[in-house]
Amino acid sequence: MSAPGKTALFVTCLVDQFFPAVGEAAVRLLESCGRRVEFPSAQTCCGQPAFNMGYREEARRLGRRMIEIFEPYDEVVTPSGSCASMARIHLPELFEVDDEWRPRAQAFAKRVFELTELLAREGFDPSGCRFEGRVTYHASCHLLRELGITDAPRSLLSGVPGVELIDLPDGEVCCGFGGAFSVKMPELSGAMLDDKLTAAESTGAGVLTATDCGCLMHLGGAIERRGSPLRVLHVAEILATES
Amino acid sequence: MQVTSDRFSENARRAIADQGLQQALSQAAGRFDVHRTAAFEAFPEGDGLRDLAREIKDRTIGHLDRHLLRLSESIEKAGGEVHWAADAAEARRIIVGLTERYGARRVVKSKSMTTEEIGLNEALEEAGAETVETDLGEYIIQLAGEAPFHIIAPALHKTREEVTELFMEKLGSPRLERREDLMLEARGRLRDIFRRADLGISGVNFAVADTGTVVVVENEGNARLTTSLPRVHVAVMGMEKVIPDLESLAVFLKILARSATGQSMSSYVSLLSGPRGDGEEDGPEAFHLVVLDNGRSRLLADPELREVLNCIRCGACLNVCPVYRRAGGHSYGWVYSGPIGAVINPSLVGRDRAAQLPFASSLCGACRDVCPVRIDLPRMLLAQRRKIVAETRRPGGRSERLALKLFADTMNSETRYRWAGRALYRLSRLFGGRDGWWRPPLLSGWTRLRDFPAPARETFRDRWRKRKG
Repeated sequence: MSAPGKTALFVTCLVDQFFPAVGEAAVRLLESCGRRVEFPSAQTCCGQPAFNMGYREEARRLGRRMIEIFEPYDEVVTPSGSCASMARIHLPELFEVDDEWRPRAQAFAKRVFELTELLAREGFDPSGCRFEGRVTYHASCHLLRELGITDAPRSLLSGVPGVELIDLPDGEVCCGFGGAFSVKMPELSGAMLDDKLTAAESTGAGVLTATDCGCLMHLGGAIERRGSPLRVLHVAEILATES
Repeated sequence: MQVTSDRFSENARRAIADQGLQQALSQAAGRFDVHRTAAFEAFPEGDGLRDLAREIKDRTIGHLDRHLLRLSESIEKAGGEVHWAADAAEARRIIVGLTERYGARRVVKSKSMTTEEIGLNEALEEAGAETVETDLGEYIIQLAGEAPFHIIAPALHKTREEVTELFMEKLGSPRLERREDLMLEARGRLRDIFRRADLGISGVNFAVADTGTVVVVENEGNARLTTSLPRVHVAVMGMEKVIPDLESLAVFLKILARSATGQSMSSYVSLLSGPRGDGEEDGPEAFHLVVLDNGRSRLLADPELREVLNCIRCGACLNVCPVYRRAGGHSYGWVYSGPIGAVINPSLVGRDRAAQLPFASSLCGACRDVCPVRIDLPRMLLAQRRKIVAETRRPGGRSERLALKLFADTMNSETRYRWAGRALYRLSRLFGGRDGWWRPPLLSGWTRLRDFPAPARETFRDRWRKRKG
């Protein structure tokens, strides 16, 4: 692997405000891959909520801001499949073909990586990690079907000494989060959530893990409410647990 | 058909609470999906054929006018007549006019979503033509007075017990408990109806431009009877159903049934080219094709949405959709349901009347993975969302607009973002957020089911600054 140059962490607003430990775990993992991580502090949100709700102008505003902030970096890494797919796939399409921002967005898109994708590509060796427990993995939709990342998180997790990785039945079915969908259509979101938690509980695992804090706050919030024996952890937290 | 698409949430809530419905749904849709997966696993060339099908569709839809004209010429050459219907009302007028022209009093129909779309049965009954659906599922929902629940399985939501009761009530049948007996009962009655029918109406799966051949795919044989037994056959198609030639047909036939039910081929594939010819013994005396626009040219004119016209109505996107599998077909409030319905209904009935539908999705993308003609359904849903925000005034639209503007303003400045984050943190402390979770007020859509994460005392950026000293 050639020298990566300058690496920025795009931590995402959810991680920054609600799950800072995930960001710290991501930094440790990137450093173990030889990265000197920078954190451009002007970063906020990639604009995905506005984009998904149909508010393109608002999404473009935030998109332009993202590009400006992260353009100086050779590599932008984020612990979220969903935010990565926003930056990589949807952001360039937000600008018309003749918009000067389009080529900038396209160039930026090529430098965005989801964390487990990057770790797998860098040959990160999970045998140095240490985590005790039975873990089941939920494949977040955008990581799986927008970015097409199918194996990276699972193979990283299964290499961690102490992790017993148990297959989640219907593990590739949506958990029902879907951003604004979770609030606008709570009954449907809740029904999908129930299916997911019932499947997760049936595995006997203690930890339900995924790569996206959107899914995890939805799942975790319901686990909290129903007093389920499960707890949620981001994949990065499991990989970065120090023995 | 009445449009109730804007009550999607309410409809879905009722569907979720209906346990019998939930059971029927998860079993039937799940079974279709399992069979589809198995069929493609056993058919390695399937993926390449899907690419090819997409190409053929793109090419055909891109020159739809040419292909439709060619189709019309071929059908006329074969002795058929072609009618163009700009909307549902015109299509109804044309078809009712045909029953009058031929003095047809008894009409049989084979399954056709397009005729559901134009509300044909009501129009025919009103004009005094007795009209009977002959596909078993359609027969059941016609007796029940309901709309189709699924694109290929209209009575998917009906349990065996419900059909037993329905037949007793509507047909005066004895209590028939076995599926076979129910089928034989329907078959017996339909045979009589077929014998007496003087006009048959079918849908169209594909219309081959080169040869003027209308192709109907089915499993029960009722479509073959509908199109060959009565004196007159009227086929009704959406204008996107035309394909160039028989070579293309071979491609679509290989993926349609696999995508729909997991069969490698449907039990019956009828290729119908015009009426009975000189010296032929079978077939109708007259053949008519009604080509329906009804909003499709709006889709054609829209480069963002045009590819939904590639749809071959296999239903695979419904079967795999976690929203459809809970909400069921009727929640979508119009003929088409599932992801494809959520995309096309707003364009066909008007975005202001179906504004909820494109939002009835978590954008999980499972539909795109199974679509045989590779329609990028999540992208289509997003495009409809954008158009709905830009064009319609929905209830709550104004406060939502304001909220989104506020959101963007906040996220557009590091200072405002940080300030908002800390305000939320203080609010969460005020409302008892301690061990990582709380229940924010005014967010009942979330908190009814789940707690909300409490903002961290120290954000990631605070921790980062400290670490860097």
